[in-house]
Amino acid sequence: MSDGISIQLNGKQCSISAQTLEELVTELSLEKRMIAIERNLEVVPKSQYHATYLQEGDRIELVHMIGGG
Amino acid sequence: MSDILRVGSHEFKSRLIVGSGKYKDFQTTKNATEASEAEMITVAIRRVNITDPGKENMLDYIDPKKYTILPNTAGCFNAEDAVRTLRLAREAGGWNLVKLEVLGDTETLYPNVVETIKAAEILVAEDFEVMAYTNDDPIVARQLEEIGCAAVMPLGNPIGSGRGLANPFNIRVIKQRANVPIVVDAGIGTASDAAKAMELGADAVLINTAIAEAKDECLMAQAMRDAVRAGRTAYLAGRMPKRAFASASSPSEGYIWD
Repeated sequence: MSDGISIQLNGKQCSISAQTLEELVTELSLEKRMIAIERNLEVVPKSQYHATYLQEGDRIELVHMIGGG
Repeated sequence: MSDILRVGSHEFKSRLIVGSGKYKDFQTTKNATEASEAEMITVAIRRVNITDPGKENMLDYIDPKKYTILPNTAGCFNAEDAVRTLRLAREAGGWNLVKLEVLGDTETLYPNVVETIKAAEILVAEDFEVMAYTNDDPIVARQLEEIGCAAVMPLGNPIGSGRGLANPFNIRVIKQRANVPIVVDAGIGTASDAAKAMELGADAVLINTAIAEAKDECLMAQAMRDAVRAGRTAYLAGRMPKRAFASASSPSEGYIWD
């Protein structure tokens, strides 16, 4: 992808075409999932996904809930 | 009889809290959780597998509308990671009630109480309702309460060890001095351990491995449900004193040979 940017997503370097967090969530088909996103150590509220533009070198953590004690 | 467990702003009829880890599949998690009649279930927060994001999720089986989901910080070894994890958990689910668990090392999984206290202070200041996993140390338990934790959760024994209550005396001391719910978390191996914890006055117990690793998970979930109820009822009833010698149960008069 020529216009893709390089970010670190869940610890892995990857190139993405999504421009906003909303687009990233859609790209990963996670719209209906109970997830949360941290961008450069700051939690991003769901209401801000559409307005949060990804930037080169962003460190994104995308988490969900799994079984645990 | 109404005997409600109040944790922060939440109320529960069940005094059994269950974990959702270690089950062989999600269907068993669901069945055992239903059998336990627990109302609160812990979950862990982990990275979504980006290469397979659509994969089945446990919350497809455990309905957050039906259960109070208690996100934990299992696997965190310092305050910073624990706080980050729970901020994410709150954003994901929208719930303030959380289980704080900061561990000291991977072999014992004993809590690091210094980091636990640090994290609790930050989380309470951010309006989380914190249920704090800790050692069976009455001094630390009191400190966590003073910080403003909604519940203090001393261990019975190391996580997943199933060895019962290492120090029943301390559990009792912690309870006697506490003004917040005391939940015995970790170490429960079988029903009698759960009943014992409740008889000592624990307000609830948190059980995962003892149910998930039972041969019949649902049956053990029922056993734990009943044990918690029996132990709680016995505690409320007030047990008889222990005596050095016998005390006859039948009257010592009116014998036919008198």
